[in-house]
Order: sequence, then C-alpha cells, then structure tokens
Amino acid sequence: MVKAKRLCAVLLLAGTSAGCATSGGNPADPLEPLNRAVFGFNDAADRAVIKPVARAYRAVLPGTVRTGVSNFFSNLEDIWISMNDVLQGKFQHGVDDLGRFLFNSTFGIAGIFDFASELGFPKHNEDFGQTLGSWGVGSGAYLVLPILGPSTIRDGFGLLLDTQADLVFQIDGVPVHNSLYATRAIGARANLLDASSVIEQAALDKYAFVRDAWLQRRRNLVYDGDPPREREEPDDESTK
Amino acid sequence: MKNSFYLLFALLVPLALAQQLAPDVLVKSISEEVVAILKKDKDIQAGDTKKAADLIEAKIVPHFNFIRMTRIAMARNWRLASPEQQKILADEFKTLLVRTYSTAISNYRDQQIDYKPLRAKPEDTEVTVRSEVKPSGSSQPVSIDYEMEKTPNGWKVYDVKVGGVSLVTTYRDTFASEVRENGVEGLIKSLAAKNRQPERSKAGKA
Repeated sequence: MVKAKRLCAVLLLAGTSAGCATSGGNPADPLEPLNRAVFGFNDAADRAVIKPVARAYRAVLPGTVRTGVSNFFSNLEDIWISMNDVLQGKFQHGVDDLGRFLFNSTFGIAGIFDFASELGFPKHNEDFGQTLGSWGVGSGAYLVLPILGPSTIRDGFGLLLDTQADLVFQIDGVPVHNSLYATRAIGARANLLDASSVIEQAALDKYAFVRDAWLQRRRNLVYDGDPPREREEPDDESTK
Repeated sequence: MKNSFYLLFALLVPLALAQQLAPDVLVKSISEEVVAILKKDKDIQAGDTKKAADLIEAKIVPHFNFIRMTRIAMARNWRLASPEQQKILADEFKTLLVRTYSTAISNYRDQQIDYKPLRAKPEDTEVTVRSEVKPSGSSQPVSIDYEMEKTPNGWKVYDVKVGGVSLVTTYRDTFASEVRENGVEGLIKSLAAKNRQPERSKAGKA
C-alpha cells in the first residue's frame, strides 16, 4: 500500500498523473491521510503558539515598524529571486530584482524601506520550486510539511535549495540566525492573520480548502499570474 | 473628496444605467462606492460582520450570478440535484460567500486598489476585469480578477480570483466529496450547518 503510494508519488512527480487517483478527493493528493495528520498537527501548533505570538507581535508593534521588519527580510530574498529569474530566462526581471536589492539595501537602509517598488520596480515572487515548474517539472503529489505547511514534492525539493540560498541561513552563530528565523516567521504569520480568519469562515473542510487554494496559487505563480485556462468541466453548463 | 464624489455618483446612477455600463466601469464604480462606505463606517471597521453582510447584500450581490457560481462549484454533480435542490444550493452558497466576504471586508483598511485596462473586444460576452490590491505590511500586490458575463440585466460576476485562486473552483473537491459521501442532501445540510454557525468575531483584533 505504502509502496504503491510512493510509486504513485514518483509517477506524479514525473508528470504522469494518470491512474493515480486513490479513494480520496483530489487526484493530486494521493498522500491525503498522512497530509491530514500533519495538517492537524500544524493547525494545533498554530492555535497554541504561533498565532497568539503573531497577534501579540501585531498588537505591540506599530504598522510602520512591522512593514520595516517585513521589508528587511523581503529585501534579503531579492538576490535569490533575481537568480531564479535568470534561471527561468527572465533576464529583465533578473536585472531589475538585483537592482532592487542594491537600491533598497543602500538607499532603503538595509532594506527597511522598499523605495524600489515606489519607483516602479515591483517585487516579484519567485523561488526554486517555480523555476522547476517553468522548466516543465510537474508539481507532484501535494505535501503538507511539518510547521512549514502546504507544499508539493517539487516545491519541497525547491525549498531545500531555497533554504541553502537563504541569506539568513548564511549568518554564523546559531542564536543569531535562529532569532532571525523566528522574527521572520512571526512577521509573516502576522501578515496572514486577516487571511486566515477569512479561510476559517470560508471553508467547509479547511484541509481541502487550503489544499485546493494552494495548488491553484502555485500554478498561478509558475505562470506568473497568467496560466492557461483549465478545461471546463463538461457538465458545467449543461443546465444553463 | 474624490470618494464622496464617487459615492454621490454611484447613488445617482439608477439601476437601468448599471445595465449598460461596461464591465470594468461597473466593477470600479461598485468597489469605489463600497470602499467609500467602509472608510466611514466605524461599526464595520470594529468588526460588525452583520452590518458588513447587509452592505454586501445591498450593493454587491445584485451583480453576481450565484446560480452559475454554484453550477461551476458543483461541476458534474449539478445534474444530480433537482431544480428545487439547485435553488437551495445556490442560496446557501450565496450566504456562505457573503459571510466570507463580510469577514474579509471588515479587515479592510486603506489598501490601494488599482484597475488594469480591460482587454476585450466590444462583441465579447465573457470578460475578465483585473485589479490589484496592495495589502498592508507587504509590498507585494495581490491580484483580484473578476470573471464576468453579459446578460440582459447587465454584466454579472460569476467568479472572483484572488492571487489566481478561484473562489468558486476551490470548493469543487469539498463539494464533490460531500456529495459522494452523503449525497446532494448531505451537501445542503453541511452548507446550512456552516451558515448557522455564529459569525466569527474579528480575528485580527489582538
């Protein structure tokens, strides 16, 4: 059984999704029972620790400070984003994003201010998972990672590389980079407080809702916001 | 100043005129009207989702085609539902979406909304109206796209995509597995149960 699923995951990763649907809902999620367990764990950890800390963070710090913190970490990502642009053949974005990093690191005081966006060089969203996607690697099975949350097999591999390239990861001294990690994570969670309250209200089954939204979101990012239209369900319009 | 102008304008536009408005103009005028109200309404800002829901019912719901939205979310299971059930499903789904949206807009602060130029031919009967919102605390804008269709009663929205995530198709798997396990009646029951839950208090408040 487990072996069959693993084979299934490998096949999905190779982009041949045919015949892998199991009893669960979404054919992109052959590991659903495992994923649900991890999702439950993440949700409990969020409720118990992460969300309360993020709320306190948002209550204590004024908006301008929080934006500064978020910009600081966001700026550090721009170099790796620039490299991913280049790997995807988007050379103009690559130059722009490197320019963003240089400009914001200096004039924006170590990235606390994102002046480059205001000057018409918008932030791009790239990572190695998207680069693999742009090379034609299918997303593979949906995967919920402990604490880190929704991902896929492809994006999980991507994340391994993203982590190696992470500037915060390069900093010597475990206490320093651990506290930077924690600050970044709490800041990111604080920015999502509103979104997560909307999901709580929207979802009949939170696990399935997050999964299906996540998979659409990643597909959208791989195609830089302009994915080809998915086939319409044949019976969508039958009773018009 | 600008907003109160739009508000005045929107109030003066009779529904008959709304039927002839181009889709992008329609979306823009409605959202500007709603934003103007949100900015002034201290109750909604303080998390009064009931009042937010009333606002949505009055200003936004008339421009949506909930039957089509429900049909897309149900996919092939739509045919399994009787006409009576289809009506109930569309109604419950509408309530769920209105409640979700009222949670979302009570979080609205001063985010800036930009509208992209409409890429459509005059004879098109289905168009996508694109906009972007800058959320607070992040420099990365989020896209909000409205899928719209032309009807005799003016342009109607049948899907909203936030950051590429469709409000409607995100429910497909949930609906399908509910119907598979408990039938159409089961789905109606679980939607109704969800809609009877008390409105969530504003989660953002610390």
